[in-house]
Amino acid sequence: MRSLLVVFVLGVCAFGQKYNVGRAASADEIKATDQFMAPDGTGLPAGKGTAADGRDIYSRRCARCHGAQGQGDEEGPLVGGKGSLKTAKPLKTVGSFWPYATTIYDYVHRAMPFDNPGLLDANQTYSVVALILHMNGIIGERDEMNAQTLPKVKMPNRDGFVKDNRPDTGKKKK
Amino acid sequence: MPKNERRRFLQLSGIVALAGCSQQPGAKVDEEKLPSALGKPIRAYGERSQFETAKRAVPDLKRPQIGSTRTPLAETEGIITPSSLHFERHHAGVPDLDPSKHTLLLHGLVERPLVFTVADLKRLPSASHIYFVECAGNSGGEWKAPGGPNVAASFGLASCSEWTGVPLKILLEEAGVKPAGKWLVAEGADACKMSRSLPIEKALEDCLVAYAQNGEAIRPEQGYPLRLVVPGYEGNVNVKWLRQIKIVDQPNQTKDETSKYTDLLADGTARQFTFVMDAKSVITYPSGGQKLAGPGFQEIRGLAWSGRGVIEKVEVSTDGGTTWTKAALQEPRLPKAFTRFRLPWKWDGKETEITARAADSAGYTQPSREELTEARGANSQYHYNGVKMWKIGADGSVKNA
Repeated sequence: MRSLLVVFVLGVCAFGQKYNVGRAASADEIKATDQFMAPDGTGLPAGKGTAADGRDIYSRRCARCHGAQGQGDEEGPLVGGKGSLKTAKPLKTVGSFWPYATTIYDYVHRAMPFDNPGLLDANQTYSVVALILHMNGIIGERDEMNAQTLPKVKMPNRDGFVKDNRPDTGKKKK
Repeated sequence: MPKNERRRFLQLSGIVALAGCSQQPGAKVDEEKLPSALGKPIRAYGERSQFETAKRAVPDLKRPQIGSTRTPLAETEGIITPSSLHFERHHAGVPDLDPSKHTLLLHGLVERPLVFTVADLKRLPSASHIYFVECAGNSGGEWKAPGGPNVAASFGLASCSEWTGVPLKILLEEAGVKPAGKWLVAEGADACKMSRSLPIEKALEDCLVAYAQNGEAIRPEQGYPLRLVVPGYEGNVNVKWLRQIKIVDQPNQTKDETSKYTDLLADGTARQFTFVMDAKSVITYPSGGQKLAGPGFQEIRGLAWSGRGVIEKVEVSTDGGTTWTKAALQEPRLPKAFTRFRLPWKWDGKETEITARAADSAGYTQPSREELTEARGANSQYHYNGVKMWKIGADGSVKNA
């Protein structure tokens, strides 16, 4: 009876698994590791901020590379380039090119500031994101960005992307 | 003698006949003094000869943690890129990860979220495959003008290795992907937690969670101890220092799949999720920056590859694209791997232009620069695969044409 029970328990543990290598992930460790966020707002953390709130942290942690007004300095600009995408010198910025506002949060949160990624807390990140959106004329200076409002921001180039429709070349002419 | 070999023999004998009876004077070298003293003792980990100098092209960057180095493809032979010369592209530097502490978390829309140690992954069924990895931005400088002075500068963001690891399919089956799981998002353990989304079909097809490259552990700059290998897809999705995979119902629209690695077209729209690297080839000898010793026999050598399958044909032109000759392809020709091509040639000492074009098993032929820019404009930045022309001067110097 006892051995039967053991077999039964092992059988349940192994349900669907062929190799049973690795271990179950706990809800806590998933929560600690999962910082993904999707364009529908899934994964955005609690917190809030406005462009006005973001000016101080931006000037201290972002302006050196991206310029006081987001015009670019040591690194590329965050603003400008509207109407340039069809020209010989396209300027791809958050304002002219990025299709989703949630991407700004995700990227700032995971990768910025360059020399100290992850430094900003949620409120600071929402504030900096709001400032970048405001610099591009997409939201007002006092518009609050949070997990509900950010996914609703419609980026100017939201409809500027198309699916991969290759091959568009390579059919031999003969 | 098989037909192909026979044809090649005839080509070669024709060249010998062309060269005539007069033996050309070879270069004289200083007399080699064979050592009488004992050589170096045995050693635990090998190094190349002190006389060998091939190295990655390293740009002078203000922030060398974000940037790339290029493989000197013209100084490699065969199809395997030595791990030490595999190109690099980092977004926040190379992390120094302890494999005894590193884990891979697999979660999201799965029946059983799982954590694997590196040892766990090595216990699972393994597979080894030779695949190229090419940065989507390779040859990007050629869009505006065919300006790359040498192979490394224009083609060096591509390398080819034997990768060993666990098929990702096995891990996904262990976790049990729920029907709503249509994409995955993979994240690295570098400082910027670089992440990319991938369709689940590709994950189930042929992706590897790799821990070895060319017979030894993956090098730190290639993702030690774990990297995703996504055969035939642009390099950026081969996420290095892999730490988690989340199964999701939609792409996450990360920075590197929206603002970067999207291909701007002439009408101002941009193609997104252009994963596959199309067929491409480049002549590595003679190529930009090299110099031919003199007229006479040359073996034209080069590399071809396609993210859509096997290289079926490479044609070479030694008269600027007027006439084309099929090059010999080194076997085995493997899908989504470099293929080495060769063509014996007798240079007559006159100025000319040489080029190659590849065709793959999907029925695709590498386009000319004109065909490519006509279809997409010149702003795409990524996925340039037009043919590359090299100009040979009367003095034997080889330059970008």
